[in-house]
Amino acid sequence: MNVLASATPRLHWLTGVAGVVLMLVILRLVRRRQLRAKYSLLWLAVGVAFVVLGVSPGLLDWAAHRTGVAYAPDLLFLVGTLFLVLVVMHLSWEVSRLEDRSKILAEEVALMRAELREHTGRRDDHPGDAGRQTA
Amino acid sequence: MADSAADAGHPGRAIAIIPAFNEEEALPAVLAELRAVVPDLDVVVVSDGSRDHTADVARAAGVHVVELPYNLGIGGALQTGFRFARRGGWPRAVQIDADGQHDATQIAALLAGLDTGADLVIGTRFADPSGAYQVGRTRGGAMGAMRVGVRLLSGRRFTDTSSGFRAFSADLIAYFAETYPSEYMDSVEALLLALREGFSVVEVPVTMRERQAGQASHRNVRLAYHFVRLSVVMLSGATRRRAPVREAVP
Repeated sequence: MNVLASATPRLHWLTGVAGVVLMLVILRLVRRRQLRAKYSLLWLAVGVAFVVLGVSPGLLDWAAHRTGVAYAPDLLFLVGTLFLVLVVMHLSWEVSRLEDRSKILAEEVALMRAELREHTGRRDDHPGDAGRQTA
Repeated sequence: MADSAADAGHPGRAIAIIPAFNEEEALPAVLAELRAVVPDLDVVVVSDGSRDHTADVARAAGVHVVELPYNLGIGGALQTGFRFARRGGWPRAVQIDADGQHDATQIAALLAGLDTGADLVIGTRFADPSGAYQVGRTRGGAMGAMRVGVRLLSGRRFTDTSSGFRAFSADLIAYFAETYPSEYMDSVEALLLALREGFSVVEVPVTMRERQAGQASHRNVRLAYHFVRLSVVMLSGATRRRAPVREAVP
């Protein structure tokens, strides 16, 4: 059974174009330094996969046959979902790390500001306070 | 002249760490009480992104003030306090709430706990002989579950795992300055962390008051969420390998 290859030639064409557009957008973002190169590789790979699938639609059927999946689009769906889940997990991890880092930064900034204030003497509107509590 | 907190060190002294978020109303009384009851105690107020005059009120009282640029939550504010204490060389720290529920006369008991060699001294509400401290049913249930959870994971029995009235040794200050739990119900997580790292933990019965001003940050839905979150933390912590992070004693 050759679902993609036989039924919808226009779909292949669209898939290929989508892949090319995706790659162009990614390259543009990288050139403008709006996307780090490490993330771009991932999406460029997706673009390549799109193009490959578009150019040789029989590939999916072949892969489905090899993995014992009866209906080829199922395989595509499964792989796509797993891929997206992994990407989102990675982003969550990244966000957690960024949160930790920005927290440390906030703490350090606050401490340095307090230190500066205590060293330079209060230069603003609290002439009386002595930094240390004394009875 | 006020000496430099950053370089001189404060051997033998203790510092009260007071995390405060919009506590301009309750804070002056708390600071005045500390000054009256424990005049030798240094104080740092960590204003956690407060939008009111918390920091001004603290400065007016003549204590150290650290102002976080935005709200980090109790854990982040406390960790800032630990960093301040470590940098300034204070060998002992006491955590005190800004809302006035902690009785300054009890601080000596907490510090005395440190003197017996403990790293973490928890002021326990339910061991209060007068039985004055009451909590709602939901919160009470959650606290009970935490108690059981901590007991299962650590093999030790604690009566009050979520108390925010605690004292810390120099070693624990140094440790928590690097890795203090950042989310709500930090105290349970911190307790498990301290136990896992091999710090010695004791409980000391204290009396506490009703909250004076400010809003209690406990809502049932939030509580439930954090209960689930903490359960996940506990479960993952149960299987996590102990990391050799304890710093050398100076």
